[in-house]
Amino acid sequence: MAQRSPFLRSFAKHWLKPLTLFLLVLPFVWIAGQWGFLLSGMENDLGFEPVAATHHFLGQTAIRILLISLAITPFRDLTRWAPVMQVRRRIGLAAFWYAILHLLAYFGADLFFSLPALWEDVVERTYITFGMAALALLIPLSVTSFNSMIRKLGAERWNQLHMAVYLIAILAVTHHFFAEKGLQPGPLIHAGILALLLGWRLWKRWLPALAMRTNKSSASG
Amino acid sequence: MLIKRPPLAGITENDVTPKHLYLNRRKIMAAGGALALTGMTSACSAQEPGDAPAASRPMNGALNFSETSYRVTDGDLTPHDAVTGYNNFYEFGTGKDDPARYAGAMTTDPWSVQVDGHAERTGTFSVEDLVDFNALEERIYRLRCVEAWSMVIPWIGVPLSSVLERFRPTSDARYVAFETRLDRSEMRGTRFPVLDWPYKEGLRMDEAMHPLTLMAVGLYGEVLPNQNGAPMRLVVPWKYGFKSIKSISRISFVSEQPNTSWKQSAPREYGFYSNVNPSRSHPRWSQSNERIIGAGPFARRDTEMFNGYDEVASLYSGMDLEEEY
Repeated sequence: MAQRSPFLRSFAKHWLKPLTLFLLVLPFVWIAGQWGFLLSGMENDLGFEPVAATHHFLGQTAIRILLISLAITPFRDLTRWAPVMQVRRRIGLAAFWYAILHLLAYFGADLFFSLPALWEDVVERTYITFGMAALALLIPLSVTSFNSMIRKLGAERWNQLHMAVYLIAILAVTHHFFAEKGLQPGPLIHAGILALLLGWRLWKRWLPALAMRTNKSSASG
Repeated sequence: MLIKRPPLAGITENDVTPKHLYLNRRKIMAAGGALALTGMTSACSAQEPGDAPAASRPMNGALNFSETSYRVTDGDLTPHDAVTGYNNFYEFGTGKDDPARYAGAMTTDPWSVQVDGHAERTGTFSVEDLVDFNALEERIYRLRCVEAWSMVIPWIGVPLSSVLERFRPTSDARYVAFETRLDRSEMRGTRFPVLDWPYKEGLRMDEAMHPLTLMAVGLYGEVLPNQNGAPMRLVVPWKYGFKSIKSISRISFVSEQPNTSWKQSAPREYGFYSNVNPSRSHPRWSQSNERIIGAGPFARRDTEMFNGYDEVASLYSGMDLEEEY
């Protein structure tokens, strides 16, 4: 049904990719603009702890974009609107870039670019270990996100490699959970959404695949 | 007065009490006879609401207070809008601006405080029963949050000792425990179990009676805004901010170290004492320095032992503060 709408077809062809890119850049424009206001002494929305607010903003943006990238396939399956798959990769890449900005802001503003201090944090503070592991695992996924790399690896190996995104999402949400004091709702909401997305895959993809195998063996028996 | 405390090893009370304070206390004791009598009568009548208080409690606006020599000399006052707009008061939400936004829903008049445990006077009391509004003083203290940020705040209040002495705690009262009011309809943050509500804090009796420990009812010359813990809250300037419990509705004199909310939530991260200590890192971040709120995005200073209040060091002589954090 959706495929037959000329508006949607034209939208998918000409607008979907640039619009997604625009939306993905918006959070960066917002935070950069707020810092611009702050440093020029103008009113801004960064509050009384601009550095901490920036860490939260960039980190949460990275996690939310990562969760959106995991929601693309379920969205496609539910709506049967295949063109959405065109933007999955750029959404995943944006999560990586926001995670890098998150790291740089913390490395610069909190640690004054001291590598020994960074190493000490990674070793001693569990939530930073989780965050750094998530970011480190995003690197191989990001450098293989070009068409030439997909061709080089072959679709199957590329898909296997990119299964790591589930582990990355779990690490990132755990990082957020342990970064907060007390039992706070924010990370739990992210964990809930991640559980839904993983549960959906289990139910729609991994379990049916298993059932098919069992059916085949019982049919042949 | 009637509180019996074991003397601290090698130190007399004179050594830790500033001169103007013990002179002040002698004045109080001179009026002791009269106080004892009125104390007796209000001990009976205070339990009945509607009783005429000694000095009425303003619900908003300016307070009458005297200035003291308790002030911070190295560092500016944190701007009023930061003190009242950047708060941790999880009963109203975990965002720093949630308390300013939602604490207005809390009813602070009438307000009752339950006092129980090892004391001669117990029962239910009003704020005026606890705090003498004719004896308010201003104290400018550093506030160091366990989250590694700090403020300098002009509090208005009375020494906590003057509040606790009214109840004549017995020698079994080795600790004093406090609870924040819990009203789920007025405190939207309590719908979610961020902590095990109500919020609980506690002090060792000698910490509670220390002249630095304040029961605050105001800041910046005015009645305490709800988001800062109206109608009354503790201020224990040498401990991390969460020890300074807000909106107190219960005081218990107990013999064992009481349960405290953050210790219960994460015992490895928050101890009972929670003295400001730059050399003991929080498991998740360093405590060696702090961000100064309201002084620009990158303003920092080195954190001092006991938040710079060295006069409390004798309370902990013989204790390993790395172990008993």
